[in-house]
Amino acid sequence: MMGRAADGAIGRGQSLARTPRALLSLGVLAGLVLAAIGAPLLAPHDPFDPATLDLMNGFTAPMTHNPYTGDLFWLGADDQGRDVFSAILFGLRISLFVGMSAVALAAMLGVSLGLLAGYLGGWVDGLTMRAADVQLTFPAILVAMLIFGVAKGITPVAYRDEMAIWVLILAIGLSDWVPFARVVRGAAMVEASRDYVLAARLSGRSGPAIMLRHILPNVLSPVLVIATIGLAQAIVTEATLSFLGIGAPPTQPSLGTLIRTGQSYLFSGEWWILAFPAATLLALALAVNLLGDWLRDRLNPVLQ
Amino acid sequence: MRAHLIRRVLQSGLVLLVVGFVAFSMFRFVGDPVDNMLGPERTQADIARLRTDLGLDRPIPVQYARYLAQAVQGNLGVSYRLGRPVADILAERAPATLELAAVSGLLALVGGVALGVLTAIRRGGIATGVLMTLSLVGVSLPTFLIGIGLIYVFAICLGWLPSFGRGDTVQIGGWTTGLLTASGRRALILPALTLGLYQMTLIMRLVRSQMLEVLSHDHIRFARARGLPEWRVLFRHALQNALVPVITVAGLQLGSIIAFAIVTETVFQWPGLGLMFINAIRFVDIPVMAAYLMLISAMFVAINLLVDLLYLFIDPRLRPAQQRSGG
Repeated sequence: MMGRAADGAIGRGQSLARTPRALLSLGVLAGLVLAAIGAPLLAPHDPFDPATLDLMNGFTAPMTHNPYTGDLFWLGADDQGRDVFSAILFGLRISLFVGMSAVALAAMLGVSLGLLAGYLGGWVDGLTMRAADVQLTFPAILVAMLIFGVAKGITPVAYRDEMAIWVLILAIGLSDWVPFARVVRGAAMVEASRDYVLAARLSGRSGPAIMLRHILPNVLSPVLVIATIGLAQAIVTEATLSFLGIGAPPTQPSLGTLIRTGQSYLFSGEWWILAFPAATLLALALAVNLLGDWLRDRLNPVLQ
Repeated sequence: MRAHLIRRVLQSGLVLLVVGFVAFSMFRFVGDPVDNMLGPERTQADIARLRTDLGLDRPIPVQYARYLAQAVQGNLGVSYRLGRPVADILAERAPATLELAAVSGLLALVGGVALGVLTAIRRGGIATGVLMTLSLVGVSLPTFLIGIGLIYVFAICLGWLPSFGRGDTVQIGGWTTGLLTASGRRALILPALTLGLYQMTLIMRLVRSQMLEVLSHDHIRFARARGLPEWRVLFRHALQNALVPVITVAGLQLGSIIAFAIVTETVFQWPGLGLMFINAIRFVDIPVMAAYLMLISAMFVAINLLVDLLYLFIDPRLRPAQQRSGG
């Protein structure tokens, strides 16, 4: 049931074991995801509990004992004495959560609209694709910024910080549905004209059943590729918005928020507050990107 | 061909109308304009009078038409935060962004084409390997990290270039330019590099793959067989054909240069439209957000149209058939 497209591609791409770059990316990504999931267990300090912070620990350099308290921080401490390593673990959690949720939202929206447009055709198709064209006129990050700004305007002031993460997911998710819709629409149009769909229709299955049970499984492999590449993009977009101060709030810092905070200490020489979150973000984005490239070559050589 | 152009123009007009409606809806429905414009001490009569003045008691389509008509005449409302007409703020901020975008775009185009040709000719060389790997990293690297990295190296460690602001500017008519002073030009270097680098890697990869494809065609082998000098084969016969798709991509990238200028301007505190937009989002300054949206859309739509026209101009195959025969 995995469909022609996937079967045909097997053997043409290289397997994971024979591509060290993809294997390494997978390893890095798995490590980062595990670290994010296990953050409450792994983190030596709780960065959200002000009671455990000691201002005397402020600006402790990495791998050195603080001269006053004698505490050791692997990756140093920030201005308030917060352990940078723990902050990164929890930041990674938020970055990954926002990125994955946003891609899931974009995929659900895009796949549904693409299926409807491709299967039904007519004005549904016309309207969906024109909307996609209009949105594609603008870079996704700009669309995300606008949605974020509008959603923030609608949210009551008291809830703005609390809702910021969800608003962020909504903004990034809504800005990135077009690639999913385009690919699924194209594939659905091809599948809809095949004999097995005709047979299903003749046997009296309903439209939604045909779309979900017969067409959807056959368009899943390009969706997986787009989702992986989209994840890298969503993570970078999230980090960018948070860095600009219009994303994850300081109370729930993502990697981007940490980089924003760290930037102000670059000039005074406390490089570790910025460098380690930045390196983590870079490793995450690069790993997901390389994995997406490999997946694309393997699953769907047609997608360039 | 004319039908195609007319359709494109109509499409662009439609996009602008839709964007205008989005901007209008933001203005009208996100937060209450009356609430935003009147202070806490107001009477019911004040509210009613302002509602009539603003036309908020009219039907929505009428309000929309009025909003568009005013926008076209340059009346974009008053910033909630700064209390000044939005049009004035835009006019004051636009030169900084346009100068930055133009210099970065030029840098990306020239650098990208040069490196693309180089990596296509020296296939398999060490420099090519290094450049291709760097470009892969460059694509994954978020713009703001590039900016911070450049600031760290060139402003903090080496102290060669300023890390923020525009330097000294000169006023010419309504346009402030930083290009005419030494400090203005120095201040432009890092932001322009930051903004142009990503596009440069894109263009470089595209030019390389196009060049490799074109170089394998028969007309190149024929040109070499005729004994033409290599530079002439490369630049006259190969590059010219390779550049056709580059024009489209480069044109469309101009749009994302303007979008990513928001990020670069924030990193370098560059006093342009992007920094203004970010502050508008942070302080929920709806009129500024709506105006920025409309201005940017007008620019994007114009760019897309121009790219389409340029395409016709550059690629003779797309022109009406009667001009050339036998091609």
